[in-house]
Amino acid sequence: MKHPALWRLAIVAGAVLLIEFLCRIGIIDRVTMVPPSEMVVALVRMSVGAPWFWPDAWSTFRNIGVATFLSIVPGFLIGLIIHALPRLRAVLNPVFLSYYSVPTFVFYPLLIVIFGINSASLIVMGAMFGIVAMVSATLVAIDRIPRVYGKVARVIRLSPWQTALRIQLPAATPHLMTGIRLAVTYSVIGVIAGEFIIATAGLGRRLTLAYNDFDTATMYGLILLIFIGAAIVNIVLQRLEGRIHKRWYRA
Amino acid sequence: MTGSGVSDAHIHVSLKGVTRVYPADSGHGEVHALGPIDLNIRRGEFFGVVGPSGCGKSTLLETLAGLVRPTAGTGTFEGKEIRGDVPDGIGVVFQEDASFPWLTVERNVEFGLRRAGVDSAEIARRVDHAVDLMGLNAFRRAYPSQLSGGMRQRVCIARTLVTRPRLILLDEPFGALDQQTRLLMGEELLRLWRDTGATVVLITHSLDEAAMLSDRVAVMSSRPGRFIAILETHWPRDRDSRVVSDPAFGQLTSRLWTLLRDESRKALSTE
Repeated sequence: MKHPALWRLAIVAGAVLLIEFLCRIGIIDRVTMVPPSEMVVALVRMSVGAPWFWPDAWSTFRNIGVATFLSIVPGFLIGLIIHALPRLRAVLNPVFLSYYSVPTFVFYPLLIVIFGINSASLIVMGAMFGIVAMVSATLVAIDRIPRVYGKVARVIRLSPWQTALRIQLPAATPHLMTGIRLAVTYSVIGVIAGEFIIATAGLGRRLTLAYNDFDTATMYGLILLIFIGAAIVNIVLQRLEGRIHKRWYRA
Repeated sequence: MTGSGVSDAHIHVSLKGVTRVYPADSGHGEVHALGPIDLNIRRGEFFGVVGPSGCGKSTLLETLAGLVRPTAGTGTFEGKEIRGDVPDGIGVVFQEDASFPWLTVERNVEFGLRRAGVDSAEIARRVDHAVDLMGLNAFRRAYPSQLSGGMRQRVCIARTLVTRPRLILLDEPFGALDQQTRLLMGEELLRLWRDTGATVVLITHSLDEAAMLSDRVAVMSSRPGRFIAILETHWPRDRDSRVVSDPAFGQLTSRLWTLLRDESRKALSTE
């Protein structure tokens, strides 16, 4: 197993070819699944031909972007505040630990009541899903800053602001990156799942429509698109995270 | 026990009746960590401190630095009282690796001057000098993760040197290094001490290191840390690591060990 990445690729390629084969010879019927090659064709076709494609894709993309932002920035700030208040942290800790065992989606109907069937509900759904990952990552990140850095700051006689910006923030970066990656992933899940349940626009909604219409090719084309999009975002963030970790911990 | 016949004019840093008590916390009662300690260190002196583990050596150093406020007593640096802030003119090198992994060696060293209000040409000159002095020239653009532990500690020393401290406090800076590297780093420290004319206080758990480098060595008791004795080494100013082969060195370390042996045993049994 010298090249795990190559093996991984080989396994995925093998699985795709197997599904292609099973679809082609009719063991998997066309209503259940179309061959992977047709998924690609369907995706290309809808991206050039379907009038809904770009507006819906943009809507999803924008909602994910806003939800991610609303997870990361307030999540970071809330993390800072909770870290400064150890008693509050002790109270909230069990909530953070069990947060992801609660199906947050049960609150989606409530969000719809509050915000209506629109982007706001989806964004809040995504942000609710992502923010706790960022808060937790921020707490860990600050915990892991070596205490000696604080002493160095005092010896150099930095102001609290300079200490925060010049020492604490960069020192927390590797763990914050982990939080950012999780926040993005959770925001993607939150927004698309929300669209899937009920929405006026977005790829998740199109997916439900295609599913209800037995439009299997469109459905799988969209699944492929979401899959590729999520994979690309994750790979880019993982690379970035890996690079920072490598620079820091190479020894 | 403050050393014999030090006149006021030559005193650089001093402690009077300094005590440090950590208040009771969940899990343990009140901890009397240090003192009372009286100490006068002469300007330009190399002062070593040895003591059993947990005896409050680091607390002593942090009190001198102004990082820790004494519970009772006062510290004075250059005639001014040390009050909870680190006074200008003091540099500290810590036991832990305090180099910043997100900055190159050069930027790490420069960081020492972030608040000093020095113009950029002067910063460049001082950084060049400190980097050169610590033998880091080939690694200027390297990140700490690419360096050995000894090299990283040099980065921290260089970061302290750029501020041109008049008092350099070192808290077991070579604790994590192997014996050979320690000896060489010790020699470099002596060279720095001579070149800069700064007063140096070195906390160490190595008797050899203390005996080889210091003008005077203070021996601390187990907690609460007090001075049991302060020994004069009588080494010439231009000494180097070869003093270890001097018969006086053997006598010195054996005296230090005699003084420390019971205290170390006490510290071990209370740990």
